Amino acid sequence: MTMSSLRRTLRLLPVLASGLLCTLAHSQSAQELNTRALAATCANCHGTDGRAVAGSGSARLAGQSAGFIIEQLQAFRSGSRPATVMHQLAKGYSDAQIRDLATYFSAQR
Amino acid sequence: MQRREWIKAVAGAGAIAGLVGCATGKVTPSSAQVLVVGGGYGGATAAKYIRLFSRNTVDVVLVEPNHNFISCPISNLVVGGVRRLADITTSYDGLRDRHGITVVHDTVTAVDAARKSVRLANGADIRYDTLVLSPGIELLFDAVQGLLQANAEGQVLHAWKAGAQTEALFRQLQAMPDGGVFALAIPEAPYRCPPGPYERASMVAAYLKKNKPRSKVLVVDANQDVTSKGPLFKKAWADLYPGMLEYRGQHKLVGVDMPTRTLRFDFQDAVKADVLNVIPPMRAGALAVQTGLANANGRWCHVDFLNFESTAAPGIHVLGDAIQTAPGMPKSGHMANNQAKVAAAAIVARLKGLEVNTSPMLTNTCYSFVSPSEVIHVASVHEYVAAEKTFKAVAGSGGVSAARSEQEALYAMAWARNIWADTLG
Repeated sequence: MTMSSLRRTLRLLPVLASGLLCTLAHSQSAQELNTRALAATCANCHGTDGRAVAGSGSARLAGQSAGFIIEQLQAFRSGSRPATVMHQLAKGYSDAQIRDLATYFSAQR
Repeated sequence: MQRREWIKAVAGAGAIAGLVGCATGKVTPSSAQVLVVGGGYGGATAAKYIRLFSRNTVDVVLVEPNHNFISCPISNLVVGGVRRLADITTSYDGLRDRHGITVVHDTVTAVDAARKSVRLANGADIRYDTLVLSPGIELLFDAVQGLLQANAEGQVLHAWKAGAQTEALFRQLQAMPDGGVFALAIPEAPYRCPPGPYERASMVAAYLKKNKPRSKVLVVDANQDVTSKGPLFKKAWADLYPGMLEYRGQHKLVGVDMPTRTLRFDFQDAVKADVLNVIPPMRAGALAVQTGLANANGRWCHVDFLNFESTAAPGIHVLGDAIQTAPGMPKSGHMANNQAKVAAAAIVARLKGLEVNTSPMLTNTCYSFVSPSEVIHVASVHEYVAAEKTFKAVAGSGGVSAARSEQEALYAMAWARNIWADTLG
């Protein structure tokens, strides 16, 4: 095994371990999967699981409070918070979807 | 780390690498739970999100001939000379190192749907349980007389697949004499990236305004009129490039004559230019066509929009520009990335015995540069409508920029950096 492939394998260890632990910890539900897929519609601009690329200029959603996320999305929808694009996108999601998104992102780190 | 611990870590790593099989080696794997063919916005995202959604429990192999991902979005800035190819290039290492995906750099030459197996150019076969094809587009050079040869000789470029031609087109622009004409020919819709040609015309005009102000951009479009963000593009052209950028609709290109550098049309007068940039008509990538998946006019692939499974071949999912789109759904990188996530969730649900989501969502946000510092956008949100078995834009959502702005240029680059990381990081 070369040093570079060793380094790759070592980097992979946490991935493998976390996969194993999650599988053992609890099995997945359809609802969790659907919520995660819904949240993934935000990832193009706000990063995978809401972890925006540092310094990119996009807001980080991971770890924000659920109340704050709901408030901001509602403000975009009503027009009380001015925007270039978010007012158009926020209108595409229902109240229930906004709640699910907020709950999901607030639980990410 | 102490030496003894280091040795233990090495031994453990070796054992796990053996279990996952070929995660670190160069040997082509003989089978895959999910095999993804094509590492563009659709395929790379599908590979990553099948790993994420399954919590790394589904084994994924990605086959992609290129060693790096070169983005079509932002590539018009390379054509206009304000970015370099390196700025729009991302490695596949993240998919392999951070997500445990086996990345094979080779070309799939054939799919045997009955045997659930693909053949690679190197002669090896990979068996699969589930196949995801994100084959991109095939450019139909034969639709324009003389184009195949002129393109092969490097005289008439398309630069519609980001890479060597993107840089070569910028060099043609640089070499053009001041006072010359840069002609851009656009095919009939549907084609990859609806606003892309108009962004290119804008970026070429910006380069000429600064460097060769007596020159001109001539846009000859097979469509009736500008197909995307029309009023915003036209206002930018009138304000920023008056007398420099001429737009002509209803110009269907039928032939390219070299060395007179002439474009011939079905009805309109021929035009001569110094640089000829021809975007040919296109269809689904050749692999999809030869596999019998292009069942929409022989050009695009009909899919079941709940999981993006081909309607021609169950067990094969098709993503991105190759599909017959739903109403209002553009052929864009952002859309391919979002389609991939819907498909990934459906594939993971099926493999885990979970109910497949009956109300998936998609978004699209597309930024276009009208100058190096100003941008316009179009955005939409799409929901699955079960009664019609298709995606439709959510009523009241979406829209275009109120006006071009420098603020949106910052957001466009933020979008690029985040979607590249989301797709490949």
